[in-house]
Amino acid sequence: MSANISTTTSGEAAPLEIHDLTVAYQKKPVLWGVDVTVPKGNLVGIVGPNGAGKSTLIKAAMGLLPVSSGWVKVFGTPLKENFRRVGYVPQRESVDWDFPVNVMDLVLMGRYGHLGVFQRPTKRDREIAKECLDKVKMLPYANRQIANLSGGQQQRVFLARALAQEADLYFMDEPFAGVDAATEAAIIELLHELKSKGKTLLVVHHDLPTARNYFDMLLLLNMRVVAFGPTEEVFTYELLQKTYGGRLTILSEVAEAVRTKT
Amino acid sequence: MSRHHPPSTINCLRYVLIALGLLWFGLDGHAAKIGEMSDTTVLEQAGRFFTFQDPAVRYALLGSMLLGICCGVMGSFIVVRKLALVGDALSHAVLPGVALGFLWNTSKDPVAIFIGATIAGLIGTAAVGAIKHTTKLKEDAALGLVLAAFFSVGICMVTMIQRLPTGNKSGVDKFLFGQAAALGANDVKLMAIITVVTLLVIGLFYKQFLVTSFDAGFARVTGVPVQVMHYTLMLMLAFAVVIALQAVGVVLVSAMLITPAAAAYLLTDRLHRMLILAAIFGMASGAAGAFMSFLGPSLPTGPFMVLGGSAVFGAAFLFAPQHGVIMRWWRRRSRSLRVQRENTLKSIYHVLEARDFKPEGVTAKELAEKRRETLEDILGQLRELRRHDLATLQDDEQTVFLTPDGWQRACAIVRNHRLWELYLTNAAQVAADHVHEDAEKIEHVLGEDVVRQLEKRLNYATHDPHGKLIPGEADMLRGSAPSERITDAVGYGKRT
Repeated sequence: MSANISTTTSGEAAPLEIHDLTVAYQKKPVLWGVDVTVPKGNLVGIVGPNGAGKSTLIKAAMGLLPVSSGWVKVFGTPLKENFRRVGYVPQRESVDWDFPVNVMDLVLMGRYGHLGVFQRPTKRDREIAKECLDKVKMLPYANRQIANLSGGQQQRVFLARALAQEADLYFMDEPFAGVDAATEAAIIELLHELKSKGKTLLVVHHDLPTARNYFDMLLLLNMRVVAFGPTEEVFTYELLQKTYGGRLTILSEVAEAVRTKT
Repeated sequence: MSRHHPPSTINCLRYVLIALGLLWFGLDGHAAKIGEMSDTTVLEQAGRFFTFQDPAVRYALLGSMLLGICCGVMGSFIVVRKLALVGDALSHAVLPGVALGFLWNTSKDPVAIFIGATIAGLIGTAAVGAIKHTTKLKEDAALGLVLAAFFSVGICMVTMIQRLPTGNKSGVDKFLFGQAAALGANDVKLMAIITVVTLLVIGLFYKQFLVTSFDAGFARVTGVPVQVMHYTLMLMLAFAVVIALQAVGVVLVSAMLITPAAAAYLLTDRLHRMLILAAIFGMASGAAGAFMSFLGPSLPTGPFMVLGGSAVFGAAFLFAPQHGVIMRWWRRRSRSLRVQRENTLKSIYHVLEARDFKPEGVTAKELAEKRRETLEDILGQLRELRRHDLATLQDDEQTVFLTPDGWQRACAIVRNHRLWELYLTNAAQVAADHVHEDAEKIEHVLGEDVVRQLEKRLNYATHDPHGKLIPGEADMLRGSAPSERITDAVGYGKRT
């Protein structure tokens, strides 16, 4: 698998380059000197214990949080100049699902980045939104108010919105949190499909045992980068212990995950 | 609509009472521009209102409607962004600005007052932010604090102005409880400009406001300047509050923001429709308030507008098609009636089945015994079936025959019940004597597509856990009970 982790083959800059990134909340650092260069066409899982700064990392990478030091480049330029190439799936709980929009309105928001300042979504944008909804099997729900969706359906709609962004680099914050098994399978299939189209995906993931099967590369995070590399190289007892260090309950989970590896 | 008031609201109420007392002494005649109307009757006043001859009437009405539109639109945004309390704080914080604007050239110059009020409102909002970010106080306490402090400063200043030689005729006191009749041509012009600007900005940047309000993080990733949008919204909110002040009054402006928007929120599930509805409700409340305050001498306008808005909200609360109390009650009732009809059909099927479907008619007495209910009740239920063309009654309404529709429905319910029992015992390992209660509920909600899936998963089983045959499609299509029980091969219970 490490064969396809070759960096810039076409001479294009890496999709994501994070250099010495430090993020602090009220002077208390939550991320220390993160250095990561993500090669194109990879499905990367960001794994670590609670409070490790997983969400913070992707938010800071997208410029949603002020950083204390360091910089982030997306396809070789600052994100501001390249935001059309970035897609985002926030945590499901981060929005109010009673907000007065329907599924179609929500997915169309993914097209806003491609529209002019005063421009309304066009017929073509609607077509794209419909295709994206179809990909997550939510097209029959297009006119449904978002409050009337199940957790898994909400997550699918969020994913459809990200698809509508037609980005090359995706950040996803816990897309598998609180979804049913069918949705989880559908999402992972979709992520692999995106990857095969040359997209790069960074996915914050909570569940250690599945992380090994889902991702090509893992970023083990605990306030700093413990390890970053192809899953089979990084998913070792030593590194996971270093990441989850000291937490006994997690350790047993790690042990179990490593044991079932073979 | 529940608005959680911070504890300091109680303080605020105290200030209001003090202000009331002060005003009582400060004011001799309430008579504003529209002259002395104490000797005119209510009817005359109403007539005067509806002929629109009096320019004061036109200004008051137009102004009230404009502020209703503005407040409705901006209020919608603060309701969906859960900033209702910010609107409340902002409206109280503008009062010192109003007083300062008046003191600028000791006259009621709309532009000076507008500028003063807007600046005071923005300072108040900034103060809330500063308290929130530099102390451990949370937003609700910060809002309450700033609201009360600014409002009391404002009250003191207004009282001072009342004591000035020119102050008595200033009309500044009208800013507390509102007097639409005090609106002049210049006020209305300013209101019109602000309303047009507000609608234009919202219209042009609708998609940016929508995405920022719903999901600010995502908005930023798609290149929307979220901070700029937020401050623009706050500025326009301040504008809406300020133009509404004179007619609605400081005390109730926040209600004009929240009430029409809350009613609209109950009536629709799309933001743009909510904005339009809230604007209409605001406009109607404004007009109603202006009219009511014209009927009596010097009645304050604000409370009447808010009452109008509250009436709209009450109507929405009761009659909204989706979320309204009455429609919810109606849906529940028609569902329980349907369940009852289906249970009667099921009983008829059971009676028929128990005697191998011969003869076809079932007597009310048999059903009464089966269901352990009185004959009276059963007859009522049978008539209900007849009313829905599910059955015909013969022998002086004592015998019931199912129509093809009724038969089909009865088969479907019995099938649903038995399939679900089978599913629970087979797939979910529930003991056979535990499944009946559950199936009694599920049988009424299973859709045909779920039934197809169940049949497939159960390998088109023909018998339920109690050994009874599960009616199949062939039975339903037959349109009436079979002339005799056919256990295998064809007909009764055959799976397709």
